Amino acid sequence: MSNMVTLTIDGLPATVPVGTSILDAAASIGIDIPVVCYHPHLTANGLCRVCSVDVGRRLQAAACVTAVSEGMVVNTRTKDVDKARRTTLEMLASTIDLSEAPHILDLLVEYDADPDRFVGMERRESPVHDDNPFYLRDYNKCINCWRCVQVCAEDAQYTFALNFDGRGFHTFIGTFMGDGMPDTTCVFCGQCVAVCPTNALKPKREFLLEQGVNPDDIFRQTRRGGKRRRKAAEE
Amino acid sequence: MIEPDRIVRTTCPYCGVGCQLNLKIKDEFIYAVEAPFDAAPNYGMLCVKGRYGTDYVRHPGRVKTPLIRVNREEGRSAPPVWREASWDEALDLVADELVRIARAYGGDAIASYASAKATNEDNYVFMKLIRALMGTNNIDHCARLCHAGSVAGLQASIGSSAMSNSIAEMENLEAFIVTGSNTTETHPVISNFLKRAVRQNGAKLIVVDPRRIDMTNFATLWLRQNPGTDVAVFQAMAHTIVKEKLYNPEFIAARTEGFTEYLESLEQYTPEWAESVSGVNAEDIRQAARMYANAGRAAIYWGMGISQSTHGTDNTISLVNLALMCGHVGRSGTGLNPLRGQNNVQGCSDVGGLPNVYTAYRNVADPAARRMFETTWGVSLNPTPGLTATEIIDASDVGKVRGLFVLGENPIMSEPNQPHTRAALEKLEFMVSQDIFINETAEMADVILPATSFAEKDGTFINTDRRVQRCRAAVAPVGNSRPDWEILSDLGRRIEARLDLTMAAGFDYQHPSDIWEEMRHVTPEFWGIDYDRIEREGGVHWPCPSFDHPGTPFLFAEEFPRGKGKFWGVDYGTESEQPDEEYPFNLSTGRVLYHWSGSTMTGRSRLEDIYPEAVCEVNPADAEALGIVTGDWLNVSSRRATITLRALVTTRSPKGTVFVPFHFAEAAANKLTLNRVDNRAKIPDFKNSAIRIEKTTAPEGLDEGYDEHLFDRGAIKDPVQIH
Repeated sequence: MSNMVTLTIDGLPATVPVGTSILDAAASIGIDIPVVCYHPHLTANGLCRVCSVDVGRRLQAAACVTAVSEGMVVNTRTKDVDKARRTTLEMLASTIDLSEAPHILDLLVEYDADPDRFVGMERRESPVHDDNPFYLRDYNKCINCWRCVQVCAEDAQYTFALNFDGRGFHTFIGTFMGDGMPDTTCVFCGQCVAVCPTNALKPKREFLLEQGVNPDDIFRQTRRGGKRRRKAAEE
Repeated sequence: MIEPDRIVRTTCPYCGVGCQLNLKIKDEFIYAVEAPFDAAPNYGMLCVKGRYGTDYVRHPGRVKTPLIRVNREEGRSAPPVWREASWDEALDLVADELVRIARAYGGDAIASYASAKATNEDNYVFMKLIRALMGTNNIDHCARLCHAGSVAGLQASIGSSAMSNSIAEMENLEAFIVTGSNTTETHPVISNFLKRAVRQNGAKLIVVDPRRIDMTNFATLWLRQNPGTDVAVFQAMAHTIVKEKLYNPEFIAARTEGFTEYLESLEQYTPEWAESVSGVNAEDIRQAARMYANAGRAAIYWGMGISQSTHGTDNTISLVNLALMCGHVGRSGTGLNPLRGQNNVQGCSDVGGLPNVYTAYRNVADPAARRMFETTWGVSLNPTPGLTATEIIDASDVGKVRGLFVLGENPIMSEPNQPHTRAALEKLEFMVSQDIFINETAEMADVILPATSFAEKDGTFINTDRRVQRCRAAVAPVGNSRPDWEILSDLGRRIEARLDLTMAAGFDYQHPSDIWEEMRHVTPEFWGIDYDRIEREGGVHWPCPSFDHPGTPFLFAEEFPRGKGKFWGVDYGTESEQPDEEYPFNLSTGRVLYHWSGSTMTGRSRLEDIYPEAVCEVNPADAEALGIVTGDWLNVSSRRATITLRALVTTRSPKGTVFVPFHFAEAAANKLTLNRVDNRAKIPDFKNSAIRIEKTTAPEGLDEGYDEHLFDRGAIKDPVQIH
């Protein structure tokens, strides 16, 4: 039995190894499917559904997690697919601060989405967590893509400091008992910050620089100053 | 959102993993650090130090101009008074003094510490200056303090001391031993690959460590030996492998020698005997032996816990014996891997920052090797191996060494028995420190030469798996600081002039790549690596003898550098200071995740906020007996000195053992340690000192941070409780 599968994507043939996702199969013949929660170096979860494509069934399939099959016919830009993507993007825009997610803002334009379509809906709001010297967590910008949770777990660090917290619309990324990061198992590797697609997680130095703080003051502000019993040889 | 002015790819300045970094820069300020997902060795991962700990580059305490001490007559331990000087004045003074001392007492009165933090190019120029111009081989660096035991053991057994596997091979492990390495804190990114091998590929992990380190959470078997009894456990594993005939006779016949003699020496080391010595259940030792021997691919990873001991060489040999008898070396995913500490400790050793060898470990006593360097440099060279790091201190104490050049090291913090080190340095006639900060050692110097940090210079580092990678200038140097290679070349030219000498290859370098080219020409193992190739490929694993050679991710596929691997019998015994009635506890020293060595860098970064004070880890049983709770102030005393710090009660420490990190000057663990060394490797015994602990009151003059409970300070927590 062959280890290869042949399918049709947007009318073009593609032959790829068994187990390949539709997303990768499409990429192999030069067709880009938009993604938001997906990250090429992490486990795909099919959470955001922006990569949905038509596979000839009643329900669209998330291209990042759906494996190809022999003879599959995929359409990546039907009217319904575009509509689904547009609606998903509009719902994101209505509830979440996407101001620092240029990639998603570009998709809103590309799919002719109206960010104000659901204006007046409840927004997902959260205090900004500033509980450690290294990064800020502003979940007003969080789209629940799950990347940070994954890198904190089996995709990189095996630290398990982050997880989902709450239910339904009120699901946020959180810590055990809502503890601040220094009280969790967090080791501040910052893999979560590196994979955040919307700048909900941001290095503190970068944040302070944005606020217009002078680089030398960034240092003085955040250091514990004389709080360590070190000989005062400097500063 | 900030648009970076530029993003510069470079190599992390902390540990030996050699993670690739992207520095994001705005107005000469590194405001964020990221890692490329598609580049070896770290593939997007970093630890807290690499990602957030590089802000020391911009610290206000950076030395910005050469400094000359004006209160020399008050002694070196007096608070220093500096005056600023021009480069000309400072370098002329250093050249004059070094030449004066060499003329008056001979070149061997000069000694030097090379730097495992500086680039290969910096260290090559430094060793050239010391050997060719000063006429001495007195050059050593902190590798002596970390892996000398591993080097001596591996050299004796197989003839090479580098890590035999690449980081990428960790995925292929079926079973592996981690011993004497708190991997999650000391090599965090490597630990992620090891954890992945366990969690995703089902590899079996055997941890052999007295401390309940985080890796034990991932272990199939954890052998908790009494501190210092490593040899007993490994010998008993070997005993089991022999008795149960689990060894690899083809490999032993083809690739090794001395097995029969070794068998005889092994007879007495039964697991039951080992249990009586080490406290590890005999059946667990047998299980570990079977697990290691029966695996198709098994490797051993170890750290300071193995090497930093009076029997560090024996520890290493007993591990090598295991690998040789099972044939677990020379194939992908099998091997012997001392995890190197500093970002460039491998490179500093590889380019000759050691008292007995030139580049790529060519012995100074070997006439052929010496002739090659004599021809290239155009000077005659000293054939006698020089002093090792700890011997330099002792020689200074007795007046054999009169002038000391410290390049980017901090021996006051890192050498054992700090009072002894300080007394020895006080006797020097002249001492120069070349560094980016005034660290505890530089405070004793006559001249400080301000160097640039990793982010301000070009060069190469060699990481723990022998991968040569680039360090790239990302921001402008602070003040008048200059790259180390440039300072040393300038100094070299000045000394040349004073000695009325013209070398065939002198010190006229325009760029670090010129230095690499010279080094490549004298080192066949580097011949296939140049800056252009590193640029294209990201990094190359040496040995790499030609441009069409792919590099060498794993070693010893065909043969060992010494020909056949040699089984050495090992006697069980210890010279370490043992606990007694007066000093009933064993002191182990080591690192924590958030700090680095003497904390010259991390103590001047954001990392200081998350781990602001030294703590002393005490087992709950010991704590209860002494009425100690977490947060109590303790006096920790050895026969050398006393330090004062707060207690952290945790089952991470075994009963009877106290752990103190050596990062903190105000509670310096190395005031307590003993400068007794392994006779073969000259490595000090940092993991075993006899101490006593007693409750005390808080010291005077504490700042307000100490009002807080210990667990409210940054991320200082009981690591066992939190997991």
